[in-house]
Amino acid sequence: MRAPRRSLRRDRGVDPVPWWQKIFVAVVGLYFILPTLFVIPMSFSTASTFQFPPRGFSLKLYENFFTNQVWLTSLRNSVLVALLAALLATVAGTAAALGLHRLTGRMARFARTLLMVSIVTPAIVLAVAVYISFLKWHLVGTVTGYVLAHAAIGVPFVLVSVTSALGGFDPRLLRASASLGAPPFRTFLRVTMPLISRGILTGAIFAFVTSFDEVVIALFLRAPGFQTLPVQMYNSVTVEIDPTIAASSSLVVTAVTAVCLVLQFVGRRRKS
Amino acid sequence: MSATKFPTASPTASPAASATAPGPVAVPRRAGTQIRLTGVTKDYGLASPAVAGVSLTIEPGEFMTLLGPSGSGKTTTLNLIAGFETLTAGSIAFNGADVSRLPPHKRNLGMLFQNYALFPHLTVAQNVAYPLRERRLPKPEIARRVSEVLELVQLTGRDGTYPAQLSGGQQQRVALARAIVFDPSALLLDEPLGALDRNLRSTLQLEIRRIHREVGSTFVFVTHDQEEAMNLSDRIALFNDGRIEQVGTPEALYQTPETLFTARFLGDSTVFELPYGDGAGAAWEDEVWAVDPATVSARVVAGSRAALVVRPEDVRIAADRSAVPSGANAVSATIRDVEYMGAYRTAVLALGRGGVAGRARLDALESDLGAGQSVTAWWRVDRQRLVAA
Amino acid sequence: MNTPDPARWRGPSPRWLLLVPALALLAAILLLPLGQSLFRSVGQGDWTLDHYARLFTDGVTLRVLARTAVTAAVVTVIAFALGYPYAYVMTRVGPRMRGVLLVIVLIPFWTSVMARNFAWIVILQREGPVHSFFRLFGLDVVLYGSVAGVTVAMSQVLLPFMVLPLFSALSGIDRRLLLAARGLGSHPLVAFWKIYWPLSRGGVVAGLILVFTLSLGFYVTPALLGSPKESLVAQLLGQRTTQLLDFAGAGALGMLVLVVTLVLVAWANRFGGTISAIGVVAAAPVKDRT
Repeated sequence: MRAPRRSLRRDRGVDPVPWWQKIFVAVVGLYFILPTLFVIPMSFSTASTFQFPPRGFSLKLYENFFTNQVWLTSLRNSVLVALLAALLATVAGTAAALGLHRLTGRMARFARTLLMVSIVTPAIVLAVAVYISFLKWHLVGTVTGYVLAHAAIGVPFVLVSVTSALGGFDPRLLRASASLGAPPFRTFLRVTMPLISRGILTGAIFAFVTSFDEVVIALFLRAPGFQTLPVQMYNSVTVEIDPTIAASSSLVVTAVTAVCLVLQFVGRRRKS
Repeated sequence: MSATKFPTASPTASPAASATAPGPVAVPRRAGTQIRLTGVTKDYGLASPAVAGVSLTIEPGEFMTLLGPSGSGKTTTLNLIAGFETLTAGSIAFNGADVSRLPPHKRNLGMLFQNYALFPHLTVAQNVAYPLRERRLPKPEIARRVSEVLELVQLTGRDGTYPAQLSGGQQQRVALARAIVFDPSALLLDEPLGALDRNLRSTLQLEIRRIHREVGSTFVFVTHDQEEAMNLSDRIALFNDGRIEQVGTPEALYQTPETLFTARFLGDSTVFELPYGDGAGAAWEDEVWAVDPATVSARVVAGSRAALVVRPEDVRIAADRSAVPSGANAVSATIRDVEYMGAYRTAVLALGRGGVAGRARLDALESDLGAGQSVTAWWRVDRQRLVAA
Repeated sequence: MNTPDPARWRGPSPRWLLLVPALALLAAILLLPLGQSLFRSVGQGDWTLDHYARLFTDGVTLRVLARTAVTAAVVTVIAFALGYPYAYVMTRVGPRMRGVLLVIVLIPFWTSVMARNFAWIVILQREGPVHSFFRLFGLDVVLYGSVAGVTVAMSQVLLPFMVLPLFSALSGIDRRLLLAARGLGSHPLVAFWKIYWPLSRGGVVAGLILVFTLSLGFYVTPALLGSPKESLVAQLLGQRTTQLLDFAGAGALGMLVLVVTLVLVAWANRFGGTISAIGVVAAAPVKDRT
């Protein structure tokens, strides 16, 4: 801990960051976080429009969110889909990361690229293709359809985070475990799993958040009987002009931030 | 390096050996496993095989060191014994039973790694209990054995500590405890002291010797450090380029090397490369030297290149030829430098017309020698050795 | 190292079975629909390129594509102009401040897509803060419902994709080179231009292509903040699918966008950084699909 601080002081002493660069960075930083700053006060507004600055102070929007069946059902659907999709993506992604670990051949590189390709494919292209195929497969507007599509786009995130956890994993521990009499699967349970559990957990959370927050595919897969929270938020802006979205936004932002902090906390505890 | 510190038949100083014997782990018993390698070959498809037809029998309870430079195949051989690599050809047998196709977790071998390979998420006690839990021993039995073995490696009371909180030496003791707690057929040690500093190394060398004596099982030790090999081993198998160059006791390897590689790898030597017929003499530059057939390696092929090697402690310095005793071989030399080694000094020599590099250990009396002096170097005929070059 | 890497692939092994679930999921849920989409776009077995030809002759698609490309270019330039100095300063400050700056970069990821778009609606709407600000100067400018508004919002969302690869490229540059150049008498700006800038070019190219590529596929932001009269290619694609039910035409347009995207990404990857940048970005949930 002492070494970096010393180098920091040296950096500043010899070659400080000029004041105008600091101001520039502060302005850009504000631009980064500006939207988040607007969501929270909006959620306490009493107005029935999106007007800003918000008028009055009330919990009306929150009350509306938690009493309106449409909002509640959408939330429930989102949680359900995100949980199942994250579970599926985590199992598939973790297995794939283990299978690809330390493989460097052309086949392995191809498989890795294939698994990552959905991350760079524009969501709209995927959404349209998936929508048309799912129409034929009768998966539009079903939990199964949502879960499969969201699991597929969640896999790369799990793959990346588990692969990076495996990067810090000493493969000699596998040999040590084998020499001590543990067959490969026991070794996986007693050594590999505990040591990459943080990577798996991180991947699972990413997959969950990715699904929970996914709009584009969800918009195409929605049906009158089944839609997720982001779709309902989309409706509330385009069709209903319903400021309940402010409460919903604030709740989602807060929840995601909380998850972030939990991740940080888990990270700290592991390190010490 | 010290050429005198050879393990002798009976341990000269072993205060700990008979003092305490708590429980089965520490009971001295020569019940080790014989490990027989026959034509063992590992080929990765590179220019030359990593291990090429190695045959070696490691006797029960023996401390065998696989010594060699990096890339010589010693680690691959150890990994083949452990089952981490599959054989390309040949076979490996423990006590006569073929284990060539047995996966590592069924070979019942303890293994010590250079980086300790302790499980970072388990405590010291959990690490040591790991192989016992795999063997489904009852809980009280596990607890008893763990505390016994931790006592053996002098780590009592550190049960609940995590590996990261221990020093390198302590971590290696934990690894050692974990590797012997389940009474393995043999203990494989893959440069276990490589990551430790000099003082700790010698302490742990003694420790490993002691535990070898007390446990009595077969130890196979891999190192590239010849001094470490000399200090620890009953026998050394010297590896070179995927093959075994020579097998023998440390003393045999040092005193009677068969090849130039062995002579050079173990200890310093002055080397004269020369042609050798099979007579009682050999010619080098202007010199003609007497050769005692008893000092000629069986691997020297008459008529081909050979090398005459002499250890520094056998080389003497004389002012001129007249001071050389009769019957000794001599060569003219120039002193390049005198190195102060603490207990003694070493003269760095340039020998003959070609200025071949040589070394001679100096007595305290020879303190008047200095760089630039022209002298004569000599040695007794029975202290030289002719090896295959 | 006495042993060569034991991880080289030597024929099928049980390890490859571990890839089956992920590959099956991707193949069935993403690749198969994309394949079917491609199949439809070439006439379902009748082998025709008519649907592709129509993209260039219907008079609408080309205009939308051009508008999308211009928007993406503007977004990329804005992101670069803001992102480069930001990434540069990130390499200069101490570890704690760097952590803070990194968290700020990652906030747009963590902020929910819909929450963020909603916020931009609030900010850019008529009578909203930006409108009020312009009116102080007597200007009646409403960014909501215009390509300009879309651009402002997209730039914010995509900035992290510029900053992260740039940061990773810039932090690899030894700053002592700059000091050395100045020690040799170069003006700081000349030293920057001659030494630092060329060394950072790989990261710059990667960041530019990444942001441009991601802008091409944006759907929600233009749909919510833009105007139907000035739609971008993603909206056109959605419209052809759900309203016109022109699946073949949508397939052709989708393939065009996909190919352009993949070619650009592959190109950026040659400068290093793209996939690894996405890796870094994936270390925080990505909402690049807005």
